[in-house]
Amino acid sequence: MIPEIGHLALIIALVASLIQCVLPMWGAHTNQIQLMQVARPTAYTQLFFVIIAFVALMTSFINKDFSVINVVQNSNADLPTIYRICATWGSHEGSILLWGLMLALWSSAVARFSKHLTLPILARTLGVLGFISFGTILFTLITSNPFLRMIPAASNGTDLNPLLQDPGMIIHPPMLYMGYVGTSVVFSLAIAALLSGKLDTAWARWSRPWITVAWCFLTIGIALGSGWAYYELGWGGWWFWDPVENASFMPWLLGTALIHSLAVTEKRGGFKMWTALLAILTFSMSLLGTFLVRSGVITSVHAFATDPERGIFILIFLAILIGGSLTLFSIRAPKAVAGEEFDLVSKDSMLLTNNILLLVAAAAVLLGTLYPLILEALGLGKLSVGKPYFDAVFVPLMTPALFLMGVGPITRWRSAKPIDLVTQLRWALGATVVSAVFTPFVLRSWTPGIGFGLFLAIWITTASLVNLFNRIKSHPANAISALRAQSASYYGMLIAHIGVAVFIFGVTMVNGFEEEKDLRMSAGTSNSLAGYDFVLNNIQQVQGENYVAAQATITVTKDNQFVTVMKPEKRKYFSSQMLMTEAAIHTSFTGDLYISMAEAISNTEWGVKIQFKPFINWIWGGAFLIALGGFFAVMDKKYRFKKNKSL
Amino acid sequence: MHHKKLTIQNWPHGFFRSVLFILTLSSLGLLAVNADAQSNIAQPLAKDPALEARVMDIAKDLRCLVCQNETIAGSHADLAIDLRNQIQDQLEAGKSKNEIMQYMVDRYGDFILFKPPVKSSTLVLWLGPFLLLLLGMWTLWRFIKKQSKTKKVTVFSDQDLSQARAMLESKDYLKKDAE
Amino acid sequence: MKRLPLIIFAILVVFLVIGLKLKPKEIPSPFIGKPAPAFELSILSQTERFEPKSMLGRVWLLNVWASWCTSCREEHPLLIEFSKQKLVPIIGLNYKDKDPEAIKWLNDLGNPYDFSVVDAKGKVGIDYGVYGVPETFVIDKSGKIVHKHIGPLTPEALNKDILPLLKKLNS
Repeated sequence: MIPEIGHLALIIALVASLIQCVLPMWGAHTNQIQLMQVARPTAYTQLFFVIIAFVALMTSFINKDFSVINVVQNSNADLPTIYRICATWGSHEGSILLWGLMLALWSSAVARFSKHLTLPILARTLGVLGFISFGTILFTLITSNPFLRMIPAASNGTDLNPLLQDPGMIIHPPMLYMGYVGTSVVFSLAIAALLSGKLDTAWARWSRPWITVAWCFLTIGIALGSGWAYYELGWGGWWFWDPVENASFMPWLLGTALIHSLAVTEKRGGFKMWTALLAILTFSMSLLGTFLVRSGVITSVHAFATDPERGIFILIFLAILIGGSLTLFSIRAPKAVAGEEFDLVSKDSMLLTNNILLLVAAAAVLLGTLYPLILEALGLGKLSVGKPYFDAVFVPLMTPALFLMGVGPITRWRSAKPIDLVTQLRWALGATVVSAVFTPFVLRSWTPGIGFGLFLAIWITTASLVNLFNRIKSHPANAISALRAQSASYYGMLIAHIGVAVFIFGVTMVNGFEEEKDLRMSAGTSNSLAGYDFVLNNIQQVQGENYVAAQATITVTKDNQFVTVMKPEKRKYFSSQMLMTEAAIHTSFTGDLYISMAEAISNTEWGVKIQFKPFINWIWGGAFLIALGGFFAVMDKKYRFKKNKSL
Repeated sequence: MHHKKLTIQNWPHGFFRSVLFILTLSSLGLLAVNADAQSNIAQPLAKDPALEARVMDIAKDLRCLVCQNETIAGSHADLAIDLRNQIQDQLEAGKSKNEIMQYMVDRYGDFILFKPPVKSSTLVLWLGPFLLLLLGMWTLWRFIKKQSKTKKVTVFSDQDLSQARAMLESKDYLKKDAE
Repeated sequence: MKRLPLIIFAILVVFLVIGLKLKPKEIPSPFIGKPAPAFELSILSQTERFEPKSMLGRVWLLNVWASWCTSCREEHPLLIEFSKQKLVPIIGLNYKDKDPEAIKWLNDLGNPYDFSVVDAKGKVGIDYGVYGVPETFVIDKSGKIVHKHIGPLTPEALNKDILPLLKKLNS
């Protein structure tokens, strides 16, 4: 009964989304207020029914309803309850339903927090969102229905992939999708503005908090994915430039560009066309990414079960939505970029340079991801593009942008004198060069890469602090008043930029100083790494809820002081017979100890990999700081829009 | 009877004595462990670490064909292990890194190279982003230059000036939304 | 200028449409048109050894299989049927298997091969660019590999690719 309720709810939601799309859009076009006012209640209605569908699927998993095909394929009688709940979004069908849920949530958020928007703009925005919802729910019902039953019901399921049976599964997909799907709001706002002919600074100001919040969630989602891969996959990597990772990274890069570009449009009035295009492209990248990982066009770690029918559907949807929006853009985009002028050296030009660099970086990632496909389609052979390419291209592209992060905030709008900048930043530059050059010597190892990375991290930090210091100094009252006088938006920028510096520091230290050893260990053997001493006490068999594992107990000491006991495991899951490496990780301020069991050499001897990852947690700490900065920025008073007075 | 509290004032005696006691115990323990450790140091997994390092150096540049996005160096797949053994055999036979890489490419094509080769079909891949960057920067530069040209051309008429003065005096412009 | 994004997107869509028809996981063989690598392996259940050069002057099929390979079971009935037509010699390459299990597998499921050679360590497989099981090579009279089929043989692959090819090579 419950799956059928879910199925029915989804159909009703489909109808609601169609109404949400057609009536308000028509109302805006013909200026009929009543039709436009249909938008908000319809959005809430759609959300209501999508939630029912989602809960219905989740209930089927919790109840172990093995008559539902999706439940059979993605869970098992022995699967712990929490993972049965997560299995709701553990498959292609379930995750598309999650996509639809997020979309409905964002639409309702727009309906709720839009008192300042004019009715036509609101109607059109919700209309576009309704269209996207319609396509998503239609796709779910036709090609990816999670409520299909099997008769007779199976006696047990084939289990959720063991890699997904992990706390990361609870939070990574929801956060990621919140961000990913959230870029649809600013997309819809841009379309609405283009349709209404009202692409102005008000539009820019409205858009900014929406993209910032989506971008924060996207940042957190990507960071969680990376952290999860690190401890779950069992061998210590944290970013692989896998197509699915790239699929979420490209919208992030464009979203970052959009946030910076909106700053220019908001303050200086110009580049509305460029900003609108970015708004369209950011969500387009999200959609493109969704296509890439579900169509079978690209192979990836994450690839869902692929199906040409699904690929065709998404591609058609993509073509209509993005093709339509880009066509609208080419027709309606404002003719002149009528904004205030600026000089070659100015905050304006630096922000635009940032945009160009981010856009080219996103294009490079897209190129690398699609190149095998392009080459094969052209009959030019088959090759693969891996991490070395992306590292080689991405890092040089990003470096100027990272350097500018120190200069931009200090630079004046419209026109700045290079001499002034140099004067203000000379101490920061000096301190940076000195510390970047000398620190590695202190740490006993130096490569250009390490020096370079440290330079950027320290530069961004010192330049940001100089910026803050200048603001305090130029404030008429004392330091405390000066600090209070700064806006939330300013602190958001500061925190986010320092977050980037922290991130770079983490990456540099891990890449430059990580150590590892592959050892044969049996009870009583010992070794050492990075100043720590390890003794394998024993290896025993342990049993979990749905697996059995070989578990090693390793005592760690440093300078003869007890540090910790680590217990890496090699698990074998009953249902799938899959082998999983559960690494043991010990986190300290200076870095992670990472121990994983490789292979059994005999009953008593195992290959064990011991790694030391210095400052690796600064990578995700930095990412969270970036997201925190975004949240601060959204809190700024200037985004507390008052009810719109004019029509 | 009251117990003597372990306060800062009186901890020196008892404290140091206990520390000494513990240190002695642990150094004995350490000696025991050390004696064991001398004979029980875990050996490197590879029988010939130097050769292993050379194998891994080549393996890290080759893609595991049956995995998703892993190198032959990192993967536990059967084929990866076989190929690592093949690399080891060839190194022992005296082949160079280039020869071994070529051997792999001859059998599996360019696909097995983790880093795409630089050849005519990959020029767009390797040069594309940087050319795009140059194009973008050039466009921006041209835009900025074009801006200042139009600025110099603007000339204000007397009527413009008096209109401007009137506006400033009426303070109408203050009614716009403050930024 | 404003139409540029749309044009780029249109080109992208074209590539994606083509992409839906491609098979990204399959690695084509660089050996097509090149001589089949030489080897010398013992024959399963026999004492003799086999070298590909003894097949010169004949068109033949080399099918890579193993008893532990589940996909091989999919193509096996088809292979048995095909072998009954006696169109072409089919030689099996028993890849990284154990003799007793291989023999039992053939006894249980039928033997379509003229004979199988034992590649216990998989070295010959690597020489042929084998990366998965099953795979099938078509080798012509001059000892050149002219076609490689990746994965289980299907009726379509047999009818569309292999049979016409065999006809052409034998004429």
